[in-house]
Amino acid sequence: MHELALSQQVARLVTRAAAGRRVAAVHVEVGHLRQVVPEALEHAWTATVNRTPLAAARLVVTPVPAVVRCADCHAETVLAGVPRFDCGACGSPATRVVRGEEFRLTAIDVDDDPATAGG
Amino acid sequence: MGRFHRHDDHDHGDHPGHDHGDHSGYATGRRRIEILEDIFAENDHLAAHNRAAFDAAGVRAINLMSSPGAGKTTLLQRTLAALQGRLRVGVVEGDIETDLDAERLAGLGAQVALLNTGAGFGGECHLDAPMVARALADLDLTTLDLVLIENVGNLVCPAEFDVGEHRRAMVFSITEGEDKPLKYPVMFRAVEAVAVNKIDLAPYLDFDRALFLRNLRQVNPTVTVFELSARTGEGVAAWVDWVAGPDAAVGPADQGLGS
Repeated sequence: MHELALSQQVARLVTRAAAGRRVAAVHVEVGHLRQVVPEALEHAWTATVNRTPLAAARLVVTPVPAVVRCADCHAETVLAGVPRFDCGACGSPATRVVRGEEFRLTAIDVDDDPATAGG
Repeated sequence: MGRFHRHDDHDHGDHPGHDHGDHSGYATGRRRIEILEDIFAENDHLAAHNRAAFDAAGVRAINLMSSPGAGKTTLLQRTLAALQGRLRVGVVEGDIETDLDAERLAGLGAQVALLNTGAGFGGECHLDAPMVARALADLDLTTLDLVLIENVGNLVCPAEFDVGEHRRAMVFSITEGEDKPLKYPVMFRAVEAVAVNKIDLAPYLDFDRALFLRNLRQVNPTVTVFELSARTGEGVAAWVDWVAGPDAAVGPADQGLGS
């Protein structure tokens, strides 16, 4: 499903960035507006990297809250619970999402010593 | 289980040399490499490639999404029939259930590229840019004005993947309930137009139209709404005008709903 496609995409990026080094951890940021279910992503990641050079890499997810900025009063509102995208300060519907749509690979932790590579 | 940790319930994510997960002798020489790469970058790159191919041929592309059973294929048939002789249309069909569906579409004067998304366990949950790129090989864009991309029936995944379209629309059926925009805000925000389908069933349902429109406006204040029945054809003409192009007249179904 969704998370499987996403974790395969993460694995491709990590494989390229690691350039053969052993990866211990993979750090991703997931915005609140990304409809990613953490448990499903966990299973998907495990399935994706199983029996691959990334099998030892654990996935570390940092959630990013969703924030909208108002075009009228410039206030920023954190979205919580039921999604309301209008401005929390003045009620204007003219808002833009400024955070919460991230789905980024932020960093990987690698072991540089080639003697330990390859598991 | 076990290789997945969230910062809000573990504190060791920021200490790469202090890994609780695996102590099999790999602790030496560990360092963090900053990457900051969008995980959709590869898809988005190919989507831009698809869009450039459309642009080069003067073709407009619409990504059509819905939940399963909303009537996407039926509305597509109506739309193709109405556009015959008006625009040269290609269809990227990612949500076909039977060969019979494909035959029905093929009889309507459109070039149809079928994507086999049903292979394997559960099939694909969305179309992505590489899939659409493969499908475009089956269409002769230079002979087309418009490409309609029928995405997989799903309210979650398709909204995440740019496939190179110019505009996005969704088909919503009034049998689905008024709260769907609040449950799937990413999808309902991602589209420029919503075709509210199966209005011929309204007398038999408790669908609260005003509540649905309020919920829809809450997540997408500027969306264009077409209320129609793909089965009876009621309201379809205004939708077809929207599909035909941004210069076409706005249909009466959208008037009075506010924006």
